[in-house]
Amino acid sequence: MSLWELILQQTVNGLILGSFYALIALGYSMVYGIIKLLNFAHGDIYMTGAFACLSVFGVLSVIIPGVAGIILSVLAAMVIAAVLGYLAQRFAYGPLLGAPRLSLLITAIGVSLVISNSVMVITNSQPLFFPGVIDNSAGINIGGITVTYIQIILITVSASLMLALTLFIGRTMTGKAMRAISLDKDTCRLMGINVNKIIGLTFIIGSSLAAIAGGLACVYYGNVQFSMGYTIGIKAFTAAVIGGIGSIPGAMLGGLLLGLLEAVGTQFLGSQWKDVFAFGLLIIILILRPNGLLGKSEIERM
Amino acid sequence: MGIIDRAYGLMDIKKYRYGVFIAILAVTASLPLFLNNYILNVLWNAMFYMLLALGLNIIVGYCGMCDLGYAAKFAVGAYATGILIKSFGWNFWLTLPVSVIAAVVTAVLVGAPTLKLRSDYLAIVTLGFAEIVRITARNLEITGSASGLHSIERPSIFGLRLTHISHWYYVFLALVVLFVIISNRIRNSRFGRALTYIREDEDAAQAMGVNTTGYKLCAYITGAVMGGITGSFYAVRMASVSPASFDFTQSANIMLAVILGGMGKIPGVITGAAFFAVFPELFRDIPFVGNMRMLFFGLLLIIVMIKRPQGLWPERKKKREK
Repeated sequence: MSLWELILQQTVNGLILGSFYALIALGYSMVYGIIKLLNFAHGDIYMTGAFACLSVFGVLSVIIPGVAGIILSVLAAMVIAAVLGYLAQRFAYGPLLGAPRLSLLITAIGVSLVISNSVMVITNSQPLFFPGVIDNSAGINIGGITVTYIQIILITVSASLMLALTLFIGRTMTGKAMRAISLDKDTCRLMGINVNKIIGLTFIIGSSLAAIAGGLACVYYGNVQFSMGYTIGIKAFTAAVIGGIGSIPGAMLGGLLLGLLEAVGTQFLGSQWKDVFAFGLLIIILILRPNGLLGKSEIERM
Repeated sequence: MGIIDRAYGLMDIKKYRYGVFIAILAVTASLPLFLNNYILNVLWNAMFYMLLALGLNIIVGYCGMCDLGYAAKFAVGAYATGILIKSFGWNFWLTLPVSVIAAVVTAVLVGAPTLKLRSDYLAIVTLGFAEIVRITARNLEITGSASGLHSIERPSIFGLRLTHISHWYYVFLALVVLFVIISNRIRNSRFGRALTYIREDEDAAQAMGVNTTGYKLCAYITGAVMGGITGSFYAVRMASVSPASFDFTQSANIMLAVILGGMGKIPGVITGAAFFAVFPELFRDIPFVGNMRMLFFGLLLIIVMIKRPQGLWPERKKKREK
C-alpha cells in the first residue's frame, strides 16, 4: 500500500468514525445548549439504539430480510431510544431543572448506570453479533482503495441528517424556540413558549440521532455489547467540546475532526493508544481554547 | 421528613461527639480479638473504601466539584509504590513521599487547566484522565501491562512484618482515624470555610474576595493526596496492583458512597463507604441480584437526588436568620 493510498484509507476510516461521533455529539450539544446538562446517559442511549436495532432485526428478518429490514430496524431503534430519552428527561432530569448543577450531573450518572446495567442484565454481559446480511467488501474503487457501499451509505446518511437538523434548527419555529430557550428560559416562558415541551423534543431528537448512529454502528461493525456506550460517549463529548459545546455546526465539525485525528493517531501510535490520544486532545483543547472552535465565550451563571 | 431530620439532629449534639468517637474506636479496635479472618477482610475492605470516600469528600463534599475519575488518583499512588518497590527495591515507607508528590503533580496537571472553566468540564476531564491512566498502565512494560504488578514485598513496622490480616486491619484503622481527624481539622479551618462558601455560592465567594480557583485547586490536591496514600497502602496490602481495579465502576462506587452518605458530613461518608463494601458481600451468593447491584445503585442515586439532594445523612446547616 502506497503512502497516498494509506492517507486515503485513513481519511475514509476517520470520516466514518467521525460521522458516528458527530451524530452523538449533536445530542450532547443540543441538550447542553438548552438546559446546561452534561447528559452522561447519552452514550448509553447510543448503545440502546444499537441493541434495539439488533433485536428488532432479529425478529423482523424472518418477514423482511435484507436492506429493507435493516432500515425498518434502525427506524424502530430511533423510536425506542427517543422514548427512553424522553422518559429520562421527564422523570429524572425534569424534577431537578431548578436544582444545583451537581445534582443534575449526578442524576445523569444514575440514569447512565441504570440503562447500561439493565442491558447488561438482559444480555448477561455477552456481546451480540449482527447477522452478516450486508456484503462488507463490495464497493467502488477510488484512487486505489476500495470504498465499500456501506461506508458510502453511512457518510451520506449522516451528512443528510446533519443538513436536515441544521435546517430544522435554523428555519422552523420550533428550532427558533430551541435557540431562544438556550438564551433565556424565563423570558421564553413569558413569551408563551411551552418550554417543557421543547426540552422534551430536544431529548427526543438527540436520542433519535444517537440511535441512528447506534443502529448504523451495529450494522457496520457487526457486534454490540453493553459497555460500548461508555467510551464513545466520552469521545462524542470531546468532539462537542472541540467544536464548541452548544453549537450545532461545532458538534459536526468536532466529530469529523476527532474522527480524522484519531485515524491519524491510530496510524502513528497504534490502536491501543487511540483513546489516550483522544482524551489527551480534550485536555489540550480545554487549555488552549476552552470555548471550542466555533463556540462563543460565555460567562457562567450570571 | 421532619421526624427524620430531628432524629439526625439528636445524633449531632456536640457534647456526645467525642464520647461516641472513642466508644466506636474502642469497639472497632477490639474486633480482631474475636472475629474470623473472613469478616476481618470484609471490614478491612470497608475501611479501604472509607479512606477513598473521605479523600473524595474533600473534593465533592466540601467543595462541590464533580470528580468522576477518583480511581486514577488512587492508581497513581498504588503504581508509584508498586514500581518503586518492585523495580527499584525501595523500602515501602520511603515510597510514600514519592506517592504524595505523584498525586500532587497529577492533581495540578488535571486541575490547573480545568478548574477555572465551567464546573462540569471537570467531570469529563477527570473521567478522560482516569481512562488515560488506566490505558497507560495497561500498555506499559514497567506497570506490568494488563496483568499488573505482582508479589510486591510487604513492609515492616518496628520490626514486625505486616502479613496477617489483623495487622492490616490496625494499619487501616489508624489511617481512617488519621483521615477523619484531617477532614475534621480542614472543615473547621479557614480553608474549609472557604470551600463551603464556594460550594454554596461560588459567585458570592468570589465577590467577597475568596480566591476560588486557588482554593478549588488546593482542595483538589488534598483529595488527590489522600487518594494517593490510600493507593500506596492498598498496593502493599494486596501485594499486587492491576489496571482492572481502577475502572470507572471503582470511581463511581466511591462517588456514590460520598453522595449517598451525605456530601460533606464525615459520619455520613463513613456509613456510605461501609454500606458499599458490605452490601455486595451480603448479596454475593445470590447470582441474579449480584449482577443487578449497579442497576439498583443507579436507581437509588436518581431517587436520592430527587427526594433528598443533600444525601441520606446531610450536613446540618446553621439556621439562617430570616
